[in-house]
Amino acid sequence: MGFPSNNFRAGVITFPGSNCDRDMAVALEAVSGEPAIRIWHGDADLPEGLDFIALPGGFSYGDYLRSGAMAAKSPILKAVIDAAGRGVPVLGVCNGFQVLTESGLLPGVLMRNAGQTFICRSVELKVENATSVFTRKYTTGQSIRIPVAHHDGNYFADEETLNRIEGEGRVAFRYSEKVNGSRRDIAGLLNEAGNVLGMMPHPERAIEAAAHPSLGGADGRELFESAVKALVTA
Amino acid sequence: MKVRILVRLKPGVLDPQGRAVHHSLEGLGFNDVEDVRIGRMIEMEVADGTSDETLQKMCEQLLANMVIEDFAIEKLDGAPASVGEPA
Repeated sequence: MGFPSNNFRAGVITFPGSNCDRDMAVALEAVSGEPAIRIWHGDADLPEGLDFIALPGGFSYGDYLRSGAMAAKSPILKAVIDAAGRGVPVLGVCNGFQVLTESGLLPGVLMRNAGQTFICRSVELKVENATSVFTRKYTTGQSIRIPVAHHDGNYFADEETLNRIEGEGRVAFRYSEKVNGSRRDIAGLLNEAGNVLGMMPHPERAIEAAAHPSLGGADGRELFESAVKALVTA
Repeated sequence: MKVRILVRLKPGVLDPQGRAVHHSLEGLGFNDVEDVRIGRMIEMEVADGTSDETLQKMCEQLLANMVIEDFAIEKLDGAPASVGEPA
């Protein structure tokens, strides 16, 4: 008991080289009480009636060519793009964010970190948009700590695009500290309709209040609770 | 037909990798280097008669990310070279 939902159907997509897919499934189940459905990248169709789709972190297809480029052209992504168009919430974390930009679901691109190094630590983020299906359990301006672990997290888009997404309130999370050279310190970005979120930090690694702060903390939990609550109250 | 695709960052896009290499060259005493930009070369064997338009589409849809990269197409075995700045 105590679980907020009935029949929350979340799907987690696994590409060859994904390595945070299990963490994502564990986080979704911990918050919703429903086991996440595991989906293989080669499938052409998604299971019927998904309420939430997650693209996990990792190194899909070895990140050959560019991070996320090959996964963005895989059969299942066509189905994900269709589902996003129907309004199904789609969360891409880390490599998932890179797949979302490469697929065109989100604007811009994630380049090599400005400092050239892989960054793996907990960082402070500011919640910029607390109205989306993913962020409504946060408050605007709230500071949270979520771990990052990436080599290509340096968000880039041209000034016109940056001004547009800022003007439309589509920056969901912003780094409170210098992390990877991202334009405007963008850490998480929504699509125009607000049902697609890409972010470099890993909320699925921050869902346990008991964990030592250096191991992630629990600030990512509200993100999943937001999505589950949105479904239950919908 | 052999085709070589050169993918490189657009002018103005910061290239931290190039900058790091530039710095290392200077460390080795090569002080004449003014700028370093790093790109990617892709060589493909394609059917004879593959159109320039098809090659351009390959570049735009997968081989280059048009947000930050330009590409150039070079045909290696005598066919007239086409430079692939997309229209």
